[in-house]
Amino acid sequence: MEARYVSVWFPYLKSEWFVRRHKDLQNQALVLYVRDRGRSMITAVSKEAYAHGISRGMLLADAKAVTHNLHAYEEPEGRFDEVLQHIGEWFIRYSPTIALDPPDGLVIDATGCTHLWGGDDQYLRDITARMNKIGYTVKLCIAGTIGTASAVCRYGMTDQVKNGNELDALSQLPPASLRIDPLVAEKLNKLGLRKINSLFTIQSASLRRRMGVGLLQRLRQALGEEKEFIQPIHVAAPFHERMASMEPILSRTAIEIALHELLVRICDRLCSEQKGARILLFKVFTIDGLQQQVQISTTAPSSNPVYLFKLFELKLATIAPGFGIEVFILDVLQADDLLPAQEKLWINSKGLDDPALAEFLDRITNKLGEEKIARYLPAPHYWPERAIQKADSIQEQPFIPWPSVTVRPLKLLSPPEKIAVTAPIPDYPPMNFRYRNKLHKIIKADGPERMEQEWWIRDGLHRDYYYVEDESGKRYWLFRSGHYDAEKPVQWYLHGFCS
Amino acid sequence: MQVSSVDTIQLLRKEILRMGGIKSPLKDLYCKEGLSWISDHFPNKSFPIAAVHEFWCPEQESMAASLGFVAGLIQTLFSPDAVIAWIPSERSAFPAAFSRFNLRPHQIVCIYPGSLKERIWVIEETLKCKGFNAVIAELNGFDFTQSRRFQLAVELAGVTGFLLNSKPSPAATNACVSRWKIESIASQPAGNLPGVGFPSWQVDLEKIRNGRKGSWKICWNANRFEWIEEQSENLVDQTKKWAV
Repeated sequence: MEARYVSVWFPYLKSEWFVRRHKDLQNQALVLYVRDRGRSMITAVSKEAYAHGISRGMLLADAKAVTHNLHAYEEPEGRFDEVLQHIGEWFIRYSPTIALDPPDGLVIDATGCTHLWGGDDQYLRDITARMNKIGYTVKLCIAGTIGTASAVCRYGMTDQVKNGNELDALSQLPPASLRIDPLVAEKLNKLGLRKINSLFTIQSASLRRRMGVGLLQRLRQALGEEKEFIQPIHVAAPFHERMASMEPILSRTAIEIALHELLVRICDRLCSEQKGARILLFKVFTIDGLQQQVQISTTAPSSNPVYLFKLFELKLATIAPGFGIEVFILDVLQADDLLPAQEKLWINSKGLDDPALAEFLDRITNKLGEEKIARYLPAPHYWPERAIQKADSIQEQPFIPWPSVTVRPLKLLSPPEKIAVTAPIPDYPPMNFRYRNKLHKIIKADGPERMEQEWWIRDGLHRDYYYVEDESGKRYWLFRSGHYDAEKPVQWYLHGFCS
Repeated sequence: MQVSSVDTIQLLRKEILRMGGIKSPLKDLYCKEGLSWISDHFPNKSFPIAAVHEFWCPEQESMAASLGFVAGLIQTLFSPDAVIAWIPSERSAFPAAFSRFNLRPHQIVCIYPGSLKERIWVIEETLKCKGFNAVIAELNGFDFTQSRRFQLAVELAGVTGFLLNSKPSPAATNACVSRWKIESIASQPAGNLPGVGFPSWQVDLEKIRNGRKGSWKICWNANRFEWIEEQSENLVDQTKKWAV
């Protein structure tokens, strides 16, 4: 089968990508620029700006002088690296072999593909129409070699070159179209070799000596005398499974069977690729055309169908089969690498790394919500309510030690409750206190333990804490808010019950 | 060789315990020194792990006392790496306080279920999870069926459950292996120092399956339980004087 390659060129890739995100800039003269050594250098122009004579590499000040209604935006940094890759992945519908041609092109190996669209014409027309609809201007050329397709696409007028006609197609184009080193292209230009056909008049040996191997290699590749290899992009096949049923499904048992079957299939694939699912989406389509879905997420990647099934099981009740379900679809929305763990012959001690614990936490989180479950680490603050903070992950370890000497209540009232207290001034522990209409006579007491607040989060008065024991042996944690004041009474609070 | 009838009876007793779901420990692993004061009252002379224990704590104070006692038990029974689930009754949990009992507060997973139904479900699930060593759950009364389910869950997973029941009813029966009442009593002075000393409790073991009931006065001193000898009255008076 004769080889056919399509070269795709996006002349306004960056600006059109930008316009797709800022719809109000459509059909406006737009340039993107980067700041470079005190100047603003234009890196992308829109079609309208180009029509005004503005081109890449110009200075923004010059461009503004050319036209008065120019929209200039700084280029968002690092955003374009993946744009071409994403477009390439989208192009996978046209051929299984797509290669990137940075900075703004693609190469499609269309060998044996075009007839599916009804020929080269329709193939190219389809690409153009779809890309225009999305908002990208494309220029295409299909030819027997990558070099010719690329050269004609960017420099020529036609969009199809028959196999064997490469020489004719190339002869009138400048040598720069051969994707050669810009320095060599400039040298050729200076020497007056402005068209490719003028190169043929020179002996190849002297061309090689003066211009290097690159030029001859590119020329031979364009003419099909030397094979050119491309590196196709790898598109990860999504983890997706579907199952259709002959009869509409109504019972929960049947839904469970379908889900289990789908999970087994997906997990087989996940296992073989050493991946684990983080987010899974289970969709069902009922015969009246309605769609329902259930989503679960896990804290650690998992490819265990039984475990994932358990997570789904908690939420399956939300699916209403209606008139019956005909199609089940299971998608992995996020998958992470999962290295198989060494199975242990026995488990010495449990700990936070125990997989059973992670699986349990997932189930609770999926059922109750993330805010209902917490593990705490010490926080560097004085006040007890600020002295603990929620851990982000199950493995996170404290970075400061827990205070071990001081007495703290196991039951901490939040907020502290007001109590009436009789206490000798200035700083003696209280003699008694009344909490919920019950008088507690204090027999023993420790304190005061003064707790200030950090100045950067100061809010209210300091606290003087007392650890007290009443006549029946019950222990409490009280505090007085602020200093004694002749003007106004001080307030005492009960903050917790000690064991 | 003649087997004495005493040996036969002991063997049969052990067999009955095994059939009743009480596992005998592999070694004297759980019969640690810290519990020697009480171990005579337990089946197999060891604190029943992989079982559900009920604590009666009708008041906030007795709840705090029970929590302290349970923390001491956990510290005595399990390794420092033990992972503990705590299901407090409201947002009053302050895990940092467990560090006084030599537990690592960051090994405690707190769960705050909403409704009672959710709470029962969470307790059962935690008791089923092999990742936990112990589960401390506060709840507001439970019935026989629920306690039976808890007991079945722990027998499978080997987790030790401590149910702190804030609404105990003497009439209700349940399937927990034991029932405890912990009340705070006057703290044990640390030497001759004034102020509040080591936390002390009146521990009443009111029910224990295949064991004997008992009552003790103990305190938590330097990371272990200590049996309080009856103190002379004048020493207590002396501490009282220094305290205020």
